[in-house]
Amino acid sequence: MPEKPRPCGEEHPRSKLLRMDRIPHIWCPTCGIGTVVNCFLEALLATPLNLKKTVIVSGIGCTGRVAGYVNLDSFHTTHGRAIPFATGLYLSNPDLNVVVFSGDGDLSAIGGNHFIHAARRNQNLKVICVNNFIYGMTGGQMAPTTPVGAKTSTTPFGCFEHPFNLPHLAASSGATYVARWTSLHLRRLKWTIQEALSRRGFAFIEVIAPCSTVYARRNKLGTGFDLMKFYKENSVIRHGADTKDVDISFQGKIIVGKFVDVQKPTFLDQLNEGYSKVFGDKYVPYGSEKWHKMKSEFQVSAAKA
Amino acid sequence: MKANPAGVLTGAHFFDGDYACAEGAIAAGCRFLAGYPITPSTEVAERITQRFPLVGGMFIQMEDEIASMAAVIGAAWGGLKSMTVTSGPGFSLMMENIGLAAMMEAPCVVVNVQRAGPSTGLPTMVGQADIMQARWGSHGDYAIIALAPNSPQEAFNHAITCFNLSEKYRVPVLFMMDEVIGHMTEKVVIPPADRIEVVPRTLTAKKPGQYRPYDAAGGWVPEMIQAGDGYNIHTTGLTHDERGYPQMTAECQEKLIKRLTGKIRENASDIIMVDESNLDKADVVLVSYGITSRVAQAAVQQARKEGLRIGQVRLITIWPFPEKKIAELAGKIKGFVVPEINAGQISYEVERCAAGKCLTRHVPAYGGAVHDPGVIYDAFKEVLHAGKTQTVR
Repeated sequence: MPEKPRPCGEEHPRSKLLRMDRIPHIWCPTCGIGTVVNCFLEALLATPLNLKKTVIVSGIGCTGRVAGYVNLDSFHTTHGRAIPFATGLYLSNPDLNVVVFSGDGDLSAIGGNHFIHAARRNQNLKVICVNNFIYGMTGGQMAPTTPVGAKTSTTPFGCFEHPFNLPHLAASSGATYVARWTSLHLRRLKWTIQEALSRRGFAFIEVIAPCSTVYARRNKLGTGFDLMKFYKENSVIRHGADTKDVDISFQGKIIVGKFVDVQKPTFLDQLNEGYSKVFGDKYVPYGSEKWHKMKSEFQVSAAKA
Repeated sequence: MKANPAGVLTGAHFFDGDYACAEGAIAAGCRFLAGYPITPSTEVAERITQRFPLVGGMFIQMEDEIASMAAVIGAAWGGLKSMTVTSGPGFSLMMENIGLAAMMEAPCVVVNVQRAGPSTGLPTMVGQADIMQARWGSHGDYAIIALAPNSPQEAFNHAITCFNLSEKYRVPVLFMMDEVIGHMTEKVVIPPADRIEVVPRTLTAKKPGQYRPYDAAGGWVPEMIQAGDGYNIHTTGLTHDERGYPQMTAECQEKLIKRLTGKIRENASDIIMVDESNLDKADVVLVSYGITSRVAQAAVQQARKEGLRIGQVRLITIWPFPEKKIAELAGKIKGFVVPEINAGQISYEVERCAAGKCLTRHVPAYGGAVHDPGVIYDAFKEVLHAGKTQTVR
């Protein structure tokens, strides 16, 4: 067991939103996930959202562990299934702000089908994907995002498969908000998360992040500092870029920015509008105050039971 | 508490089992169904899509059965009574998240209108071969509850029982219908709402800070919350302690698994329902469930006419299995006859519980059709005339 860090006499500035009794976390030094979590928490604090109603869902893998550290209602589900779980959770109470944290393998390999269908429906979910080009937790295997030529534990002679361009996948499936940053773009990432949280609909934010332990080491890309320097020198901000053009090649330029920000009725908007047309006043809009009252009629408190 | 009259279609109806199941779910307070089309279960979802909009329910057709089961668990945590409906191939895909529901202790109901397998099998024709999968299909040690109705009326009644048990024990409850029950149309009487007993979703009275999501307080079943009420709970498919926090230790694993399996095993007498008849002085006992229990009546009547003493145990609850009842009977009778539309599943349980004290004769049917009652009748005779403790196959 690692020793608990010694108290420095100061409170962690984000301690209210972290489960401090679970720190230290499991992530390696120089991993990008903690940085993304920090940006997310700063964004949360800057939004007017009711944090009681803000929930986080994640799948499996290094990024899947985010749910365990954030002090909100948090659900650590099965591999790839964070999005359908989040779909059920949101639809059981549309007052909830549901955020999904996922790694690239979790989201686009085993969970790929769920990802495109939630985007197609414009389900009101905010999806943050930490893309480190690899399966970190299992020891560095090839992912659907691994660039051509990169070495992984299952592509020891280099990856020969075409990778996914995740912003393009999201946008072409129907996502109404799509952005990409690296874990070096702290303030921009925070603003983007904040903006995405204010949007209604399926928002997708990809964050390119380093995995020094199993990706950079195997590809001889240097230390954590070298990786940050690489992002600094090779990120190209191009807001509104056509997502077709934001492919990532091995150690090539990374196009970042906000690519899509449009409005479209969500799954629930469509449903409420459709049923209201058919049934008129007989239909109680799903998620309305009256609907919440109907829902509560099926519940009792343990004190009364 | 009594059922909410909003969704109860009181009166006499002419329903197939699938429709009756949908009405039972609505009467029980189910307001969320995530599913994927599959024969012969689709009519349950179709009925729900007609009925849900005006009772505040949410139906979502998901991209597959994996997603359906995941959404059902999410909705359970958001405070809705939730269900999904499927048949064999979809049931296989749901196994992953049925394990998650058992681990997270999310109350939910999974309806499996069984068809013949394996694989695509006979999509439109009857089977009862998912019985062992219901018990053991997801990996690891866990326990579930499974029920099998034998008429559209029971599809209505016991859909309600399934929801009640899932709320009481915080466990996925599997409703193991079969194609014939699903597609058979009979009279279904729906009583007035005030005559339908429903277990509500019971939320903890504890305040945030005092509440620990997996603290069963010395009992078997912890109290529940719903997301968004300020409890900041964590729940995970990992082995976890009372706080819901992952604990990667053998000690925590033992404690958790003992409780997850014990809450069903130790409450088996509260959960189990069997329909028994003529067990006094029986020489042979028929153990059956689902449509097979009705087909077998022709064989039972024929045998009784000839003076054979046939008793019956009809399983309404399949899991947990009525071990005590079978063990107790085994010492008094010549043997059990167990017809099932499979190559041998519940018969193994009967044989295990009989523990060599009497014969167990499985009567297989391989799917696609119900038994010819004649083969069941033959099995009665065979058991009566067989040697002492051999297993007849």
